Amino acid sequence: MAGGPQGSGVDSGANIFARACCYGGLHIYGKREYHSNIKGLHSYFHVRVSRKEVAADVDRVDLLCTFDAESVVRHVWEVSPGGGVICDAGELGTRILDIPTWPAPFLEEFGRILDEKGIKPETVGDLLETVKSSNVRTYAVPYHDLLAEIAREIGEPKLSRLTRMINVLSLGASFGLVSYDKRYIERAIRATFGEKPDIISMNLRALNKAYDYAQERFGDFGFKLEPVPTDEERILLQGTQAVALGKLVGGCRLQTYYPITPAADESEYLEENEIFELDNSPIKGATGSMIVMQAEDEIAAINMASGAALTGTRAATSTSGPGFSLMVEGLGWAGNNEVPVVINYYQRGAPSTGLPTRHGQDDLRFALHASHGEFPRIILCSGDIEECFYDAARAFNYAERYQTPVIHLIDKALANSTKSCRMFDPSSVMLERGQLLSEEEVRGGEYRRFKITESGISPRVALGTPGAVFWNTGDEHDELGHISEEPMMRTRMLDKRMRKLETADREIPAQERVNFFGDADASTVVVSWGSPKGAILEAMQRLRQEVHRIGFLQVRMPHPLPRDHIAEVLGKAKTKIAVEGNYSAQLAGIIREKTGVAMDYYILKWSGRPMSADEVHDALKLAMLGKAPRRQVLTHGS
Amino acid sequence: MALKLADYKTPVFADWCPGCGDFGILAALQMALSELQLPHSRVAIFSGIGCHAKTPHFINAYGVHTLHGRSLPFAIGAKLANPDLEVIVVGGDGDGLGIGAGHFVNTGRRNVDMTYLIYDNGVYGLTKGQASPTLRLGLRTKSLPKPNINEGVNPIALALATGYTFIARSYAYDVRHLKETIKKAVRHRGMAVVVIQQPCPTYNNINTKEWYGGEDRTDSVTGKPTPRLYRLEETGFDGVVHSPEEVFSKMVAALTMAQEWGDRIPMGVFYQNEFVPTYQERISKRIPAYLGMPPAKQPIGDPSGRPTTYAKKMLEMLKVTG
Repeated sequence: MAGGPQGSGVDSGANIFARACCYGGLHIYGKREYHSNIKGLHSYFHVRVSRKEVAADVDRVDLLCTFDAESVVRHVWEVSPGGGVICDAGELGTRILDIPTWPAPFLEEFGRILDEKGIKPETVGDLLETVKSSNVRTYAVPYHDLLAEIAREIGEPKLSRLTRMINVLSLGASFGLVSYDKRYIERAIRATFGEKPDIISMNLRALNKAYDYAQERFGDFGFKLEPVPTDEERILLQGTQAVALGKLVGGCRLQTYYPITPAADESEYLEENEIFELDNSPIKGATGSMIVMQAEDEIAAINMASGAALTGTRAATSTSGPGFSLMVEGLGWAGNNEVPVVINYYQRGAPSTGLPTRHGQDDLRFALHASHGEFPRIILCSGDIEECFYDAARAFNYAERYQTPVIHLIDKALANSTKSCRMFDPSSVMLERGQLLSEEEVRGGEYRRFKITESGISPRVALGTPGAVFWNTGDEHDELGHISEEPMMRTRMLDKRMRKLETADREIPAQERVNFFGDADASTVVVSWGSPKGAILEAMQRLRQEVHRIGFLQVRMPHPLPRDHIAEVLGKAKTKIAVEGNYSAQLAGIIREKTGVAMDYYILKWSGRPMSADEVHDALKLAMLGKAPRRQVLTHGS
Repeated sequence: MALKLADYKTPVFADWCPGCGDFGILAALQMALSELQLPHSRVAIFSGIGCHAKTPHFINAYGVHTLHGRSLPFAIGAKLANPDLEVIVVGGDGDGLGIGAGHFVNTGRRNVDMTYLIYDNGVYGLTKGQASPTLRLGLRTKSLPKPNINEGVNPIALALATGYTFIARSYAYDVRHLKETIKKAVRHRGMAVVVIQQPCPTYNNINTKEWYGGEDRTDSVTGKPTPRLYRLEETGFDGVVHSPEEVFSKMVAALTMAQEWGDRIPMGVFYQNEFVPTYQERISKRIPAYLGMPPAKQPIGDPSGRPTTYAKKMLEMLKVTG
């Protein structure tokens, strides 16, 4: 784990660490936590390194790399026995209470733990002394002395210019402790700092300095990080990038957004890649491009996307909870006018205007019910970074086939997690555009945009198609699209729109809507959606090793919910356990509403932090042993 | 075959109040479309919510009746996706300058090549006559329980401040002037706004047809009314920026003229500047193929549904092994 004040390079330091591990054939999973703040408040990045693929965070910290005193105090008790803390030798004498950034609730909790442990450390050094008994070792690195040496070597008069490299000193020391092959780290530094040779050489110097310092002074850490040769093609990315790539492959050509955490990362990545090559294009030599439009607010963002979608363009907007709140009226309009617009919705914690940088899964009900009136919509939920890619692409297929808004629910944990993934397979993505009429197909006769059909789907033309015209309105309308307040027309037209949902429910196979993992005949079935997937799968693996049989039903399309399939799976289970990152078990409620099946246990979390595999394991185990209360609330993670 | 005026009409009954200024605007717009010979399928009329918003239903062209105040974002999305469209947005004064004011301001900054017509009658008609953002301070139109407590916004000055590159005023009952102004606005390369003064015979009993016509101010010699509206071009005023050096002086002149209201209300082009790059041109600078291959015309898949996006290069950038 790397921790430090925001703006001190926690992200880049942890990314270099993760990248270096990946170069050596290791897998990584990184969780990023940060405050709603630009500079100064605490942030950390927890990187798991493993020989096998990992998709969840755990509680344990083996090596804590701190850039400042606060990070030591906040995380020291998370370090496992046999682990170590790398810290600034210059901060050992810092009095804990003199650290200016403590929020009051932290100090209260900290004081309570001190009382419980019966210790009274005054300084950072005192605190580190207290954990020695649990075999947590301190590795104090004189960051400033090392920086001063570098300054002398390169003739830099201003030491302050070098303090940005404390992150590389810290990770250099950590790699030195575990004797990791330096070539991978150097490559990671080069890759991170790209085309800035001066910065690369300075950082390489810092890396070597700290690496050698650790090797010479600290001796054997007791663990050597060995590379694992691999032929497998892997990529390292975060959820927002996976969504962006899925959209590009899925044919999205116009994206709108208003800046919001953590969704904006996706749009920025798209803007960086706004021009791209085409493969099997019917037009020779054409390049592809996407317009990424920063709107004045989310109201404009969704309506611009709808305007673009009317022209036959695959268009999307990307946002988080507060932004989606503003989009609600536009969502209803798109539903009423059968516009295939896609909304990538990154959930985060809390209501107005939220825990801006913290995790949550509180918005399933909101996504399902947002808007006055009734209209069909489709909701997709990704459970991991790979699914983010494939779901982002297929969202457009559903939107166009059923001519209705699709909400792709993602969450902060997925957005900001970094993971080594097997190379994505864009060739497995197919585009299905539904009933989109060409100029030739529409010629002759009057075109009726909202023709009442059995399936509810009316053949669509792109706005601008020669030979046709249509009208849209947020009011109820006739088949041409003109306002109609006639009761029969209203009755029939709404019925037509809603039939599309039944058509979708009939046509989309269950395997596109749910995943099932584990033992098919297990008497215990876990039900969840979204990012807890990784933690649940890992917890299950452990439980199965402990000889518990367990199955996991992951819902990927909560609306329309594949009710019969879910009822059948859950009907066989004796114990049903809902695991969700919200207070009210929103999916469990929807399942009960649609199938009549109620859960036996609830494992819930709304602390603003994602679930760790450990806490999910423990909670599931208690439930399976019949020792858990009906409702367990998880709180792990700092 | 030449398109006739009748070709731009639909059989839908226009349910505006008798005498409503909207009829004049609709007629002028249909005439302008016909004189410009714009094919139906290339024209998209966007509207917000309010009396004006029914306009697209009466015009035989793509018509998108959107949400209250939101017509501009919808229109921008469509225009950027398919820049070949001729996009005309109609909006009310409450719709565009009240609930949609943020979009009005930000649309000016972008200079998208399209046209925005504001139907300005000083009241919210469909909700029974509340004060709109253009109603002046202290006025009490028919259905207001008390005089208006807010100052009215000056749409011409606001448009000038926010970057519109064609700014004009016209009058709903001067169909010929309005038609010509709309044609100029459509032909303008950049974002054009036309503020259309329009009586509301049902709720605005102050800024009436008679008031605009000056029937309360008859000339003592001729006995004829002295209209409040006058034409800028007849005074020798020229709002067109002919060279980039003129921008500042023309803006100052336009802002000065924009202050006139009450006894003399100028109509015509206050300001026109085609030296500002349009949003489409700005995109083309970044994406050179944009105008030839805009979002709506890009082939995103081959006939079998295989995506055309070649993602390999982007994925290569993320590669860490192999």
